[in-house]
Amino acid sequence: MAHAIEVRGLAKRYASFWAVDHIDFSVDVGTVYAFLGPNGAGKTTTTEILEGLRRSTEGEVRVLDLDPWTDGYALHKRVGVIPQDFRFFDKITPKEGVEYYGRLFGTRPDPKALLERVDLVDKMNSRFDTLSGGQKQKLGLALALTNNPEVCFLDEPTTGLDPQARRSIWEVIRKLKREGRTVFLTTHYLEEAELLADQVGIIHHGKIIAAGSPDEIIRAHGRSERLIFTAPATLAEHLSRTLGVAAEVVDGHVVVSLDSIRDSVRILNAVEASGIPWDGFVTRSDNLEDVFVRLVGPMDDGALKPGVPA
Amino acid sequence: MNGTRIFADFKVVVRSYLRNPVALFFSLIFPIILIALFGTIFSGGGGGAVSLAVENLDHNSPASVAYLSALNNTTLVQVTMVDYPVSSFSAQLGDNGYSVGLIIPAGFQADLANRTPVNLTLFTNPESPAAAGQAEGAVTGIANYFNLRAVCTGGSCAPVIQVPAPLNIGSQVYTYIDYLIPGLIGFSILTSPMFSMVDIASSYRKDGIFRELSLTPLTKAEWLLSRISWYVLLTFVTAGIMIGAGAGLFGARVEITLGLIPFLIVGPFLFVSLGMLAGTVAKTPESAALIGNIITFPMMFLSGTFFAVSMFPAGLQVVAHVLPLYYVIDGMDQVMLFSNTTRALGDVGVVAILAVIVFALAVRFFQWRDVQ
Ligand SMILES: Nc1ncnc2c1ncn2[C@@H]1O[C@H](COP(=O)(O)OP(=O)(O)OP(=O)(O)O)[C@@H](O)[C@H]1O
Ligand SMILES: [Mg+2]
Repeated sequence: MAHAIEVRGLAKRYASFWAVDHIDFSVDVGTVYAFLGPNGAGKTTTTEILEGLRRSTEGEVRVLDLDPWTDGYALHKRVGVIPQDFRFFDKITPKEGVEYYGRLFGTRPDPKALLERVDLVDKMNSRFDTLSGGQKQKLGLALALTNNPEVCFLDEPTTGLDPQARRSIWEVIRKLKREGRTVFLTTHYLEEAELLADQVGIIHHGKIIAAGSPDEIIRAHGRSERLIFTAPATLAEHLSRTLGVAAEVVDGHVVVSLDSIRDSVRILNAVEASGIPWDGFVTRSDNLEDVFVRLVGPMDDGALKPGVPA
Repeated sequence: MNGTRIFADFKVVVRSYLRNPVALFFSLIFPIILIALFGTIFSGGGGGAVSLAVENLDHNSPASVAYLSALNNTTLVQVTMVDYPVSSFSAQLGDNGYSVGLIIPAGFQADLANRTPVNLTLFTNPESPAAAGQAEGAVTGIANYFNLRAVCTGGSCAPVIQVPAPLNIGSQVYTYIDYLIPGLIGFSILTSPMFSMVDIASSYRKDGIFRELSLTPLTKAEWLLSRISWYVLLTFVTAGIMIGAGAGLFGARVEITLGLIPFLIVGPFLFVSLGMLAGTVAKTPESAALIGNIITFPMMFLSGTFFAVSMFPAGLQVVAHVLPLYYVIDGMDQVMLFSNTTRALGDVGVVAILAVIVFALAVRFFQWRDVQ
């Protein structure tokens, strides 16, 4: 079995619309898959179908070669789940929570070691209702790991966490991967996907609009490399006319799109020869974030805003 | 079914409960409040008419009817006609919660007419001296009045109606507070699981706790058994407090026997399951609460919780017999008051069978996950 997760033609219909609209993807064993999308794109719906918590309307889903809905009981012993809005018993401490899950799964983990791993030892004896949002999320992660899962489903594990806490969760995810586990991660943070994921799927209005490794997605959907000059607008016109390249003025800069990075030498020569004064230049290529904005819509602080319906 | 998982969940339940001081305080203090409240209201005996069970063996002759109506008019007693076998009259009084009783003998009217002395037999309970004094005063007072009217015609006033010293109702005498204890234990066996399970069924669903648990190997049956264990434990504590408070505050005399244990187990078993089932069939928290109340309220009042079912009008007695709580309370009456093991076994059987059925239905219908 090469695929830990296999999804074919998956669709989920709520009353009047398709929240997930016939998607296909697969996740290889031992890799990290990031599911990216704006609010309401269908990430949680898809994730919960994979976890066996919701039923699909159409399509086929296999996780560890099991049907999550009908074989949920068997599947849940082998996967770890942290839901988007993780809640737990108010009066129970993280230490007791880990012990509880250990008994339920019959794994008897060392609570201290496990909580150390998610950076929550200092709060291991505080009741759940006194934990901060990020600390609750960390407990969710610890509980998801009590059964040594082969596949981990993490639905926005870092949303609402401070930068340091996010980094410690990232470390946990990298370690999970090193241990050979498969990670299915949903996130709003492009940086996170770019740093952690082997494969990325971008979902928007229930459809996967881009898929592949971060590089592949950028290559497929990003704009070409650009030269950006600090120079008067006349330079743009000059270059278009003499070289036939696509040059335009954006925010007071002259932006020249390149078919190939090798073209830059020819263009720089032409600029120098034109006699038009210029102060400097940078080269710029799209990152995942740029691709995202182009595909989905504007965002803020690295987090996505809801996209405008197509 | 896995005992380790049930016990692990049970520990979470117990901890959650013990760490909620307000809830803990109320669940311990509430039984005492109930006992104190009902005990004070209904078993004081000071003021108000005493309920007097009267057996008229003179077949409602005009003289006996006149006597009883005069007795009733004293407002010291309230005459209730009963029809018990004379041989077990005293025991029947006790069983039915009367502390005073009176037998009017056959031939009362004839004796009165012939001026032959005739004895009224009064039964009182030394445990309730106030009621006994009140009834004795009324019965002898009206007897004297009849004697005066009937015989003091010619100057000699030999009394015809005599009221010898009252007979004791015997050792098996129960007062209101004695009945109240099994009734109130039954009340808490019903209400505490019903109300909280209905609430849990909807709040755990809303908070995603069920979803969370569905991701573990804990099964629905194990989860429900862990809750049941908790309410069984709570019921033992509550019953202990109620018996202690009843004895301490009102001198209640109930038997504490092992026979009580099955009821303290099957009762919570039934009502935890029933509460879960009610919370499950409801679509919203509001309708869950409504369904819970519809099930709970009739049982709360009509199963012998506050008043013995035998004192109900016949129609309501029929209703009581279809309510599961009736069998819990009747069974506890049997073991705590009457030592009637056979009838208690029947009662525990009814409750146990119901409990198993309702448990199975609750496990079958309640869903960890959204099925939409
Ligand atoms: N139970 C439900 N009934 C009806 N509509 C639902 C239900 N659950 C989700 N939806 C709708 O389906 C769409 C997808 O929701 P989903 O929770 O999968 O989004 P998401 O990508 O996880 O968003 P977010 O980033 O905000 O968590 C949304 O429009 C949402 O309103
Ligand atoms: Mg979501």
